[in-house]
Amino acid sequence: MAKVLMVNYEKCTGCRLCELVCSVVHEGVSNPFRSRIKIMKWESEGLYIPMSCQQCEDAPCMNVCPVKAISRDEKLNMVMVDYNVCIGCRMCVTACPFGAMSFDSVGKKVIKCDLCDGDPQCVRFCETKALEYVEADQVSVRKKRDAAHRLSVAEKEGAALQANVV
Amino acid sequence: MPLNRKIAYIDLSTGKIEIKPIPLKIRKLFLGGRGLDAYLLYNHTEKGADPLGPKNVLLVSAGLLDGTLASATSRTHVMAKSPLTGLLGSANMGGFFGPELSWAGFHHLVITGKAEKPVYIWIHNGEIEIRDAAFLWGKTVTETQWAIRKELDDDDIKAAVIGQAGENLVRYANVMTGIKNSAGRTGMGCVMGSKNLKAIAARGTMDIKIAYPKDALEYDIRFMTQIKSAKVNQTQGTLGTPFIWGATNSWGGIRTRNFQYNQCEYADDIEPERFDEIAEETMGPYHMASCFGCQVHCRAKYRIPSGPYAGRYDEGPEYTSQGAFGGEPDIKDAVSVLTANHLVDQWGVDNLEIGSIISWAMELYELGILTDKETDGLDLTFGNADAMLEMIRRICFREGWLGNVLADGGIQASEQIGKNSFAYLIQVKGMNNLHSDERATPALALNVATSSRGSDHLRSRPAIDLYHLPEDVLRKIYSSPVPYDGPLSSEHTSYVGKAWEVFWQENCYMGVDCLGICKYHTTFLGATLPNFEDWSKVIYYNTGLELSAKEIWDIAERCNNLERLFNLREGLTRNDLKKGDMLNHRYFDEPCLRGAPEVVGVTIDRKKFKKMIDEFYEYHGWDENGVPTPETLKRLGLDKEPSGLI
Repeated sequence: MAKVLMVNYEKCTGCRLCELVCSVVHEGVSNPFRSRIKIMKWESEGLYIPMSCQQCEDAPCMNVCPVKAISRDEKLNMVMVDYNVCIGCRMCVTACPFGAMSFDSVGKKVIKCDLCDGDPQCVRFCETKALEYVEADQVSVRKKRDAAHRLSVAEKEGAALQANVV
Repeated sequence: MPLNRKIAYIDLSTGKIEIKPIPLKIRKLFLGGRGLDAYLLYNHTEKGADPLGPKNVLLVSAGLLDGTLASATSRTHVMAKSPLTGLLGSANMGGFFGPELSWAGFHHLVITGKAEKPVYIWIHNGEIEIRDAAFLWGKTVTETQWAIRKELDDDDIKAAVIGQAGENLVRYANVMTGIKNSAGRTGMGCVMGSKNLKAIAARGTMDIKIAYPKDALEYDIRFMTQIKSAKVNQTQGTLGTPFIWGATNSWGGIRTRNFQYNQCEYADDIEPERFDEIAEETMGPYHMASCFGCQVHCRAKYRIPSGPYAGRYDEGPEYTSQGAFGGEPDIKDAVSVLTANHLVDQWGVDNLEIGSIISWAMELYELGILTDKETDGLDLTFGNADAMLEMIRRICFREGWLGNVLADGGIQASEQIGKNSFAYLIQVKGMNNLHSDERATPALALNVATSSRGSDHLRSRPAIDLYHLPEDVLRKIYSSPVPYDGPLSSEHTSYVGKAWEVFWQENCYMGVDCLGICKYHTTFLGATLPNFEDWSKVIYYNTGLELSAKEIWDIAERCNNLERLFNLREGLTRNDLKKGDMLNHRYFDEPCLRGAPEVVGVTIDRKKFKKMIDEFYEYHGWDENGVPTPETLKRLGLDKEPSGLI
């Protein structure tokens, strides 16, 4: 089964090294504007959320592309752009519900996460593991385990509280 | 390329803006950041300039490597003649402003003159505009930043701003960015306020071309591994800088009740673990934040858990706030420390200076030198948290006789208060000391006494001197990139070899400050962290500039000498208690009363201290008065300063 980029936003410290690394890997320059990943921040609440392509199964960018430049790579479970076909009309930018498809006005092309062909460098540089590259079937199992853990803690606390009341 | 970032000369009196490239020759002499700022300050500021006058030159810069792959390349430097000390004003901050300035096309801003009315500077992809700031005046640090984003309709703008303390010309006001990142020493925010400059906002989408991207990426991974593997950084990434408190307080290195004790007793509520608990309770299990590109993530996020400011969000507290609002005024309650930390972050004032000055006032109150008449009835007793919080407010808004007087800094205040008040002021060159007590650590005492911007721990402190490292480990660190075969001692109470350690650290810290790298990524708190050899590599991979470790050392030494020349020109003399390399008499006369057995009863020995300073000058190639000899200036290529190259 193909892997997916898993975002654990609560672990993100907001350092934006992923943006820097992404732009250097893809364009040889430091420029977060040309990064495929971006940390959205609510600084006055200390909230940082990495946003990147969700690699949708039924991708709006793919559906809207007038020249069929966008397709799915089933091996990597990824939506990809064929730049030999792309006409740079930016319909995909308009259609993407996540803002994950961007237009790079320096390189004059649309850009999106390509999972670095199966070895995402943002994951490699993310110290806190806010970004992980995991088997697709692992994503929800991990979340279930975390949620169950919270539930078990809450139950224990509840039981302790009740014991105190009695 | 980082090397094509420009310098802008901005005259706020006339509105004239001039943009120029930074010649490669200049980079090879001063690199960038603090180093090049030192050159610009020496060359563009007239001797004896009024720090609050239009002729004082305000320098704002990004380090040479800001925004590149050299790990934690986040730093912004701010320099001017200090309104607090009358000597070198110099402050450095993390956050995201420096890299943004670099993406906007600039590394150095030279700001002169004074705007007629409040303005802010807007820097966007190679262009600079001076804009009206009437709508920002009176706003706090964070309000100002959010209001600029709203006006320019861009949430990615980063700004270096002042709060109300800067507007009110508190002489130790900060320049700040983000929630709490502060260029927070020597009153650089006061200089901004004096120029009617409320903020500098930057936004950039310009490429910084990396010279060798693959090598830069791989070396950065290596760098990161080295940085993360240091135990000190792992601890710091969990507890933040307050972690230093635990060990330091236990052996007796925290000054308490101004300078009466060297250990804060019965203070569980302000231990690092307590702050961590509050962060976890209010922000959840993952509550650490980072500056740009940093793996250390030393900044805790918290909400104030109770009291009049309950629920307010902030970050920290740093070790400095812990001492300034906890140890020194003897306030052993976490909520008060967190509240004070929030107030100074919002109003934009140096936590270290204001806490230390209030603690001094508390001692004067205890001695009867200050009375209820001067405090307008405020009970400034040690341990009175409400009085401390109120005093912070009065200083930031210059309210009441004492608030107004203390806002001018310790030395000026001591002249107003009179009596014997100056004798109790723990300062060097007009700037108050960190809350650490250096009586049992001669190396740290020497660092504090000789630091170029006045008493300070971030200019030359050999912090690893406290770890009792084996002599061969010390030798490995301190004999590269220049040879050293003199004595070294693993014993932190010793005077042997310490002058060399301080000299070495001075150059090391100048190095990171030129590059824009954080000090937690070099030989500061951890003995295994990168320095000169590694910088040679990251500079090459990111910029293409070939510099050996020794050449970087020479640059650092050159820049440190420029700072010395500036201070000498403004009146520094060796033994001057107000403007020299000299400590308060209490270091020599009052023994430590608490702490570990080898600490109790200890003072700094005057004779040995003098000898240490002699050695320190000798390593620099300075004469017995601390003045660089003509040979030294020639060796460093400074014999024709000011040379007016840029």
